[in-house]
Amino acid sequence: MDRIPILKIGPALLVTIQVDLHDDVAMALEEDLGNRIVKSGAKGVLIDISALEIVDSFIGRTLANIAGVARLLDAETVVVGMRPAVAITLVELGLSMPGIRTALDAERGMAVIRARIAEVGTADDHVVDKR
Amino acid sequence: MARRPAGLVDIIAAHEDEIIRQWQAELASNGSERRLSAREIETQCRSMLDAFRESAEAGQASERLHDLLAGMTRTRALQGFPISETVSFVLSLKRPLADAAIKALERQPAAALREVMAAGDLIDGLVRNVTEAFARAREEIILHQQQEISELSTPVVKLWDGILALPLIGTLDSSRTQVVMENLLQAIVDEGAQMTIIDITGVPTVDTLVAQHLLKTIAAARLMGAECIISGIRPQIAQTMVHLGVELSVVSKATLAEALGYALAQSGRAVVARRPAGG
Repeated sequence: MDRIPILKIGPALLVTIQVDLHDDVAMALEEDLGNRIVKSGAKGVLIDISALEIVDSFIGRTLANIAGVARLLDAETVVVGMRPAVAITLVELGLSMPGIRTALDAERGMAVIRARIAEVGTADDHVVDKR
Repeated sequence: MARRPAGLVDIIAAHEDEIIRQWQAELASNGSERRLSAREIETQCRSMLDAFRESAEAGQASERLHDLLAGMTRTRALQGFPISETVSFVLSLKRPLADAAIKALERQPAAALREVMAAGDLIDGLVRNVTEAFARAREEIILHQQQEISELSTPVVKLWDGILALPLIGTLDSSRTQVVMENLLQAIVDEGAQMTIIDITGVPTVDTLVAQHLLKTIAAARLMGAECIISGIRPQIAQTMVHLGVELSVVSKATLAEALGYALAQSGRAVVARRPAGG
C-alpha cells in the first residue's frame, strides 16, 4: 500500500498529497501523522492538496480528523492549495471544515504556522533557529 | 393509428406542383413569410410536402417530417419570427390539399371528405409539434441570455495586491451563486488574493436563501485560504436580516471604502495622507 511521505521542515511537518487519496491511504496518513507529531514535537502540519482534483466526503472528513488529532497534540493544521472546484464541492457537500486553517499556497501556510509558533513558542528549543 | 387509404398519397404525387403553387399563394395572401425570399419558401414547401407525402403513406407523421419541421421552427425562432407565422405556414397547406383532393375525387364526395380529414388530422398534429419546437427554441434562447447576464454581472475586481472585490448586483439565486463562486475562486487563485470584499450594495433583498448562498461563497473562499469581508449592507436590509435571524458571522463593514481600509490594515498596510485633508 502507498504511504504518503511526511517531511519535517523546521518546526512543521509537510505532507504533500500528489496521488489519488484512497480511503486506506488517507487512514494510514491520519495514523502516521499523529505518531510523527508526537515524535517530532512539531507545532504545525502543512497539508498541500494542490494536486488533488477530487475530494469526496470521506477525504474531507479525514482532513478534519487529522486537524482534530493534531490540535489535541498541540499542532496547528493548515490545508493549502485547494483547487476552486474542490472548494465548491466541499461546500456543496456541507463540509466547510470550520476547524481547519487554510492558505492559498505552501509559503503562506508556512507563514501561518510561523506566526503561531511565535505566539505560543515551541517545546524543543533546538527546532527554532536562534542565530 | 389506422392505415390511411393510399388516396392522399396519390393525390399529392399527381398534383404536387399545383399544391405548392397554391400553398405559396396562400402564404402570400396571409401576408406572412415576407422575410423569406420566394425561392427559400418554395424549397421549404417542397421538402415539407415531400416529407408529408411520406407520412401520409405511413399513416402518421414520420421522423423525417418531425425533424424537418422542428429544425425549421427552431431556425425561425432564433431569427425572431413570431410563432403565428410558422403555424400559419403549416396551416396554409390545408386548403391546397383539400382542393386537390376534392378535384381528384369529384365523383366520390365521401372519399374526398375522408382524405381531407386525414390530411387535416396530420396537419393538426404538425401544428402541435411546431408549438412545442418553438417553445423549446425559446427556452434555449432565454437560457442563453440568462447565462450571458449572469456572466456580465459578476465581475471580480482587483483593488490592491491580494485584495479582491466582488460587487454583487441583482438577485442572488442558486445558479448565479454558482457562477459567482467559480469566478471568485478562480480570481483568488489567479491573483493570489488573501482578502475578498463582497459588496452587496446592489443586492435588492437579502433573505435566508440569499444569505445561505453568500455563506457558501464565503466558506468556499475560506477553504481556498482567503478571508471574506461583507460590505454595503443597507440599513433596511440589515434590519430585515436581523428580523429574519440571518447570521453571516463574518466581518461586515458599512461601505466598500471601510472594507478596503480594514483589508489593507489586515495585510499590514495603511493609507497615509501626504498633506492635511482639505489643504
